[in-house]
Order: sequence, then structure tokens, then C-alpha cells
Amino acid sequence: MPEIQNYTLNFGPQHPSAHGVLRLVLELDGETVVRADPHVGLLHRATEKLAETKPYNQSLPYMDRLDYVSMMCNEHAYCLAVEKLLGVEVPERAKFIRTMYDEITRILNHLMWIGTHAIDIGAMTVFLYAFREREDLMDCYEAVSGARMHAAYYRVGGVYRDLPDEMPKFEPNGFRSEADIALRNEARQGSLLDFIEDFADRFPGLVDEYETLLTDNRIWKQRTVDIAVVSPEEAKAMGFSGAMLRGSGIEWDLRKTQTYAAYDKVDFDIPVGQNGDCYDRYLVRMEEMRQSARIIKQCVQWLRQNQGPVIVQDHKVAPPARANMKGDMESLIHHFKLFTEGYCPPAGEAYAAVEAPKGEFGCYMISDGANKPYRLKIRAPGFVHLAAMDAMVKGHMISDVTAVIGTMDVVFGEIDR
Amino acid sequence: MNETVKSNSQTRHAELAERLREQFGPLGGEVVFALGEVTLEIPRAHLLETCRTLRDADEYRFDVLIDSCGVDYAAYGQSEWETATASASGFGRGVETPEPQNVEARFAAVHHLLSVTNNLRLRVRAFCDSEPPIVDSVVGIWPAADWFEREAFDMYGILFDGHPDLRRILTDYGFMGHPFRKDFPLGGYVEMRYDAEQRRVIYEPVELEPRTLVPRVVRQANAGAAPAAEDAADA
Repeated sequence: MPEIQNYTLNFGPQHPSAHGVLRLVLELDGETVVRADPHVGLLHRATEKLAETKPYNQSLPYMDRLDYVSMMCNEHAYCLAVEKLLGVEVPERAKFIRTMYDEITRILNHLMWIGTHAIDIGAMTVFLYAFREREDLMDCYEAVSGARMHAAYYRVGGVYRDLPDEMPKFEPNGFRSEADIALRNEARQGSLLDFIEDFADRFPGLVDEYETLLTDNRIWKQRTVDIAVVSPEEAKAMGFSGAMLRGSGIEWDLRKTQTYAAYDKVDFDIPVGQNGDCYDRYLVRMEEMRQSARIIKQCVQWLRQNQGPVIVQDHKVAPPARANMKGDMESLIHHFKLFTEGYCPPAGEAYAAVEAPKGEFGCYMISDGANKPYRLKIRAPGFVHLAAMDAMVKGHMISDVTAVIGTMDVVFGEIDR
Repeated sequence: MNETVKSNSQTRHAELAERLREQFGPLGGEVVFALGEVTLEIPRAHLLETCRTLRDADEYRFDVLIDSCGVDYAAYGQSEWETATASASGFGRGVETPEPQNVEARFAAVHHLLSVTNNLRLRVRAFCDSEPPIVDSVVGIWPAADWFEREAFDMYGILFDGHPDLRRILTDYGFMGHPFRKDFPLGGYVEMRYDAEQRRVIYEPVELEPRTLVPRVVRQANAGAAPAAEDAADA
């Protein structure tokens, strides 16, 4: 009689539901997963080592390329760490802009997540809806920074520039009728803030739309309820953060508990799950999107009423205005020194974390008094969550592996760094 | 940031620092409270018992291991700009990989802990004093340490005693060396390409020359300065 052996399956690195370059070695007993061994690092670019060889301000754009679905949140953590080392206090208006853009980023990320998560386990339509809204948010990114994704908009000491007074509009072209373009430009007649407010007003209704497709959908529930249940104790032991922790019933959100930027001045709720399964994590993230829209609205209100600088006026840290450099020698010298040598924070170490859409994104920075960080360690939430892969899929069917990858919301830019 | 929230966090962490100083001082633990963060430096021999206390004792309850990483202190405080001889070739100085200094306490494992219950953060550092660098693994205390320690091993070659599966994690299969060490060149030693003639992927020595665009400068005002004390932390 032939001996029965476990079957080893190589999942990825080129697999549509691997969310990037995940190579997963699965040991199977029939269709049941006995062991999962994720192989990561295929996208390793040594961001941390590169940062050690560059002045502080030049590493900022690398942050966009870590978790390339929630760009500005990564920049935020980096800026907070450097600001902590330097002892810089950010102007109030910059804090509100950062808060607003963090939440825009959260919606961007969650839309990407819901689209891909749903498409992985068989629901095609949500993806198309989610990307329709993402386009509007990408336009917000572009309006403020000039780039749709890799914004490099947050700077140490504030943000690069104030919000524009005018929202860019679609121009007539040969591919769309004038009526169509007029329709698309309807919300773009005013300022960027008007556009964002319009979005925040209609977005909760759109989340309802996604929910009608999924929340009570029999197939969706079959694929997510009771899949990858994580108890609160396990979640803490495995180092979970963000929606993964809240899905297990622990009310922990850095925006509330270790507040930063302007989160203590806006009103919002933290959704918490009960069962710690994929379905609860889904519900948590859906509610987070509604709460984000709520925060965005409050930020828009505040930004409308309050003007002020958006970056510190200390030119040892932030560059002087371009116009001043033309006539003022001091400004010219500051600019030159800042972009050739940078600044030297006092020796010491700092850890700054933000509640990124995927969990706690942190930067641990050691300075030895030089113009470059001595060591930068990026704490990526996805890395920790993926490490729990084995524990989460053990005993599940192979088809649930895609559900678990989806619920973790992994992005390899941050995991491999 | 809201002043009350911030000062709350300050006082809570100041108390934590005081408590740690009392409890772990006799074991040789050093506590630094700077920039609103508490650092506990503990001799390697006491790392495990310390971590277990930090997780289980009610006044600490550090139930989440947020991050853990290796640090190579070989070039700490070194400037690339200071040189005895003048340079005639522009950025000629500052391109050599620095010679490792302070080799005795070169590598350290740094753990960042979070207490969800008490809303506290703590950094625990243990230096490896041996060659090869060895430090006890905390996987038994926080399972989350598994991949973090694999990464620190991969990047720095720190050996974690008691780790169940200490394999490389981020680098290529068959990679040689530990890339985040300060004496490992930024460009690495080998590069990989597809060779159309041999019809396979081949490895070759790197052709890129190391280049420094901005030299590393330690400004005198900040050189060797002790980490800002408590009063300066809130500035």
C-alpha cells in the first residue's frame, strides 16, 4: 500500500490573490492547510540602509514607496520621528491638513482593500465601485502635491504647501462629450476643500452601496464568517495592531490613546469587532471609512475658518520661500545649507507611530548628531500580520488562504521594505 | 498636540522610568527618560527575566511586542568629513566604508514594547558582548518576535539563542553576509542578471563604485551630546 504523504504547494510569487510578491509554501493534507510558510523579501530594497546614507529630508520620498496604498500615513510617521528628535512643533493648520489627508489616505487604502479582498473571494463588482471613488481621492492627492500616489507632501515641520484655492478641472478632449465633462467637473467648480467636502458628504452613502453588495451576501458570509478567528489574547501576543486588533474586540487606536496631529480636536468613534473573524474585520474597516469621512468633514470646517502657516518658519529645518531667496542673502544661505547638508538633530533616539490604515506604522530613529540618521527602523504593520499567517490558516481549507491574505490587507512594499 | 494629553503621557512615563530604575537598577539596568520615551538598557544575562516581569507584572503589562530590531553601533558618532589631509578630488573623502569601532559593544537588540492595558511604551536594549553576537530570544515571551528576530539575524547576523527557526527572511536565497552591518557596502558585493547566452540567471561582482553625494557631518554643537534630558523633552 502506498504511503500517504502531505502535499506541498507553492502559492505565488506570481499569483493574482497573493497581493504582490508573496511566496507561500503550503503543506496540505488533502485540502486542509497543515502549515503555511510565507517567504517574503522579494521586494526588499533596503530602505532603512538607504536612509542611513542620506540626509533626513532626502529619505522622505522613500516612505511613500513602503506601503504604496497609504502613502501619506507613512510620511507622517517619518516626519513625526524627525520632529521629535529636533523638538519641532508643527503649526496648527499643518496638523489639520495632515489629519485630513491621513483620513483621505485611510479611505484610499480601505477602498483598495475592499476591492481586492472581495475580488479574491469571488465578488467582482465591488472592485469597480471602489476604484471609482479612489479616482476622486487620487485627484485630491494630485491637487495638493502634483502626484497621484507618491506625494512627498508632508515635510519635516509641516506640509509642503497650503491647499490650492482651485480644484483642477477636466479639459475638453476628443474622447468625451462636453456634457460628460461638464458632469465630471460639477464638483470641481470651487476650491479643493469644496471638492473634499462634497466627497465626504456623499461617501457614507457609497459605503452603504458597497455594503448592500456584501454585508448580507450569503456567499460573502460563507467565505468570511468564522474564518481565521483570532482571540484578543492571541492578537496581542502576535503583535497585531489596527483593524486586526480591533476586529478581535480590543479597543485600541493610537488616534485616541496616543493622540497626534489634530485627532484630539475632532470627534469620531472607534469600531470594535466581537468574534475576531474575517467578517468582523470587514465590518470594522467599513465603519472606519464612515468615521474617516466624519473626521474629514470636521477638518474641512476648521481649515475653512482658520488660516496660518503650514510649515515651521525655522529655516534651519524648513526651506525659506522661493521669493525671499531672490533678494535675501540669509534665505539663500539657509536654502543652500538645507539642501546640501541638511540639519543635525541632537544625539538621541525616537520612536514615533501613527495609526496607519493597516495598523501601527512606526519609525524608530537613532541620531548620533549627524545630518543622516544613524539607524532607521520601520515598523510595518503588515510584516507582523503576515508573520501570523501560519497560526491563522492552520486547519483551514486552501481556498480560505486567499480570504486570510485579504483580511490581513498586506502590501509588500512595507513588508519587504 | 493637546497639552493635557501630552503631559499625562509625560507623567505616566516619568513614573514608569522611576519604577524601572528601582526594580532593575540592582540588576545593572540603566534607565533613560528622554523625548518622552523610556529606554531600559539591561545586561544580556538578565534580558529574559526582565522581559517576563515586564509582560506579567500588573504595573507594567507590556503585552504587545511592537517592534524589535538589531542595531550596529560600529560607526556611531563618526563623521565622514573630518580628515587629516586635504582632498583634491571633491567628494573624494567620505567614500570609504568606515572601519568598525567600539567593537566590544557593537551589536544590540532593541525591543519596543507597548502596554495596551496601561497605555505605556518602553524600549528595551540589550548589547551582545560576544563574537559572534548572541542574545537571548524573546519568542517564548512574545510570539511576535519570531519574524523580527529572523530579520535582525538576516540583517546583522545577531544570533538569537532559543529561537526555533532562525532562517534568513528578507534577503535572497543563498545570500552571503549581513547587509545592514556598517562595514557592508551599500551597493553590496554581487549583482544578478539574466544571461541570454547561458539562458539562466547569473550572479556577477558589482561594477558600481560607491559614491557619497552628501558626506556625513557631525556638527560640533550636537556631537556626543547626551540625549536631551527630561526638561528639554517637551521643547
